[in-house]
Amino acid sequence: MADKELDARGLNCPLPILRTKKMLNELTGGQTLRIIATDPGAVKDFQAFAKQTGNDLLESGEANGEYTFVIKKKA
Amino acid sequence: MSGPKKLAIIATKGTLDWAYPPFILASTAAALGYETQIFFTFYGLQLVKKNLDLKVSPLGNPGMPMKMPFGPKWFKGINWNIPNAVQSLVPGYETLATALMKQTIKNNGVATIPELRDLCREADVKLIACQMTVDLFGFSHSDFIDGLEYAGAATFFEFAGESDICLYI
Repeated sequence: MADKELDARGLNCPLPILRTKKMLNELTGGQTLRIIATDPGAVKDFQAFAKQTGNDLLESGEANGEYTFVIKKKA
Repeated sequence: MSGPKKLAIIATKGTLDWAYPPFILASTAAALGYETQIFFTFYGLQLVKKNLDLKVSPLGNPGMPMKMPFGPKWFKGINWNIPNAVQSLVPGYETLATALMKQTIKNNGVATIPELRDLCREADVKLIACQMTVDLFGFSHSDFIDGLEYAGAATFFEFAGESDICLYI
């Protein structure tokens, strides 16, 4: 169970990433954020976001046209 | 080099379509931890006006699809290939094209320019307006949003010279 959840369904680039960044600011290191999105571009973008910001992308999955990501904020 | 990565952008275009790249890239870079500046010059000054009135013109722009943002799927798929000569003669053609583009943007969950601009400001993207073109076009500082800096080319290079990425848009 993630500490927080972000519903980014219906949003397009770059909004899912920007909202994620904003929400991560409200978390403390080690806490997790679960994101649900519908933008297919988000799959690559969340990998790139995690790699460049040093936050861990714990999960990345797709079901019924919805993409789910879990990011763990870096300590 | 130490500290965060840096992105320097020069925004020179003042239409609705060309407003997107600088604000999308700057806000995303800021979210990735970049220190970011946008230098607005010539028509790019329109992007930092208090009252945004950005339009898009399909005239002389063969790369721009003209599609309807409403109706059944087959209707939305039609590309309305209207000759330049007709576009230029019909009054309000640009206003119509702009309205259709704004509706398409809304339908697709794409952010609006005021929204992206606010996100840039929240993320401390530094916005600099070119004083020379402000004077050239007869604008005054009160035409522009608060928090802008007014400067010239030398100021741009101070930051751009140390940047990791520099884009001319």
